[in-house]
Amino acid sequence: MAPAGPRSGDAIFASVERVNAELFTLTYGAIVRQLLTDLEEVDEVNKQLDQMGYNIGIRLVDEFLAKSNVSRCVDFKETAEVSAKVGFKMFLGVGASVTNWDAEGTCCSIVLEDNPLVDFVELPDTCQGLYYCNVLSGVIRGALEMVSVCPPMPLSPSLFIVFLGLLTSLPCLFDVYICSLELPF
Amino acid sequence: MGREVSESCIDSLLTEMVSSYCNRFYANKPELAARRIEAIGYQVGHQLSERYTMERPRFSDHLEAIKFICKDFWSELFKKQIDNLKTNHRGTFVLQDNRFRWLARMSAESKAAQAMSMYLYFPCGIIRGALSNLGIPCAVSADISNLPACEYPESYVLCVVMHACSLCSNGHCHGQL
Repeated sequence: MAPAGPRSGDAIFASVERVNAELFTLTYGAIVRQLLTDLEEVDEVNKQLDQMGYNIGIRLVDEFLAKSNVSRCVDFKETAEVSAKVGFKMFLGVGASVTNWDAEGTCCSIVLEDNPLVDFVELPDTCQGLYYCNVLSGVIRGALEMVSVCPPMPLSPSLFIVFLGLLTSLPCLFDVYICSLELPF
Repeated sequence: MGREVSESCIDSLLTEMVSSYCNRFYANKPELAARRIEAIGYQVGHQLSERYTMERPRFSDHLEAIKFICKDFWSELFKKQIDNLKTNHRGTFVLQDNRFRWLARMSAESKAAQAMSMYLYFPCGIIRGALSNLGIPCAVSADISNLPACEYPESYVLCVVMHACSLCSNGHCHGQL
């Protein structure tokens, strides 16, 4: 009997338990706000958001692998595509697109056009330099790092998130640059 | 139904928030961690009740507001209503959810007593924030009880005790949904 193929992000999202996105959006906003009050430094908040995301990602990747049924990604391009199309879709309900590849194919942008984290969000001027969505880059980093440490996956790259941020002029766009440091080709 | 995200998103975010505040930011100061977690919940409850009451006329009395929390508000958040509302007619209310979603999905290791009680500060904050926005200052605490398997298998009962200070001196308060 042939094994089941990979499932689309839409199909998985339709099959999981879903909740009111407002609760999620407002909870995240309240967390960021509280972190700003408690930690005061924007850089420290960015770091903590990334760490939180990382801790979430290392666990969330299990659910991703279990539900998406994706086969091993053969190269970094495929990894990025699968993260954008399936990963984001099955959790956040919105797909992302992958653009801006560099010549070597080791660096790209994942663009999330419609980001539930930033609904109703306006950043005041006092938050210059805050990467509001930094939790997302932590999640990606954590998830991919978990996948890359498994011995039976010789082609998995190591990842380094170079830049991420909420573009304040276009609050709906979330841009993540992902660069791979080495690919064992 | 408005926009949705997967339940894993909110579950993992809450678990990580509690873990960060308890184990990283205020590692040896559980009271401070608890206050922060409750404050985050307060903020969320305040904003959510603002949104969910935008198109409604003002509540005629406190009991109507509390019923709103038990029915519409709880449904928006947890897709079900509060199962039982009791009062002592002197300003104290007990709200009971027989199958509180967030507890039902927590992993076994995070169900250790201290982690659990920290976690519950968040929904308490939500309720306190929501009621505060509706003009009812109150103190909220929560407890869980695990009923025998024959009644509610594999579920957790959340009991929220709410003391609405301004209702102490009032007369009759029937507290029935």
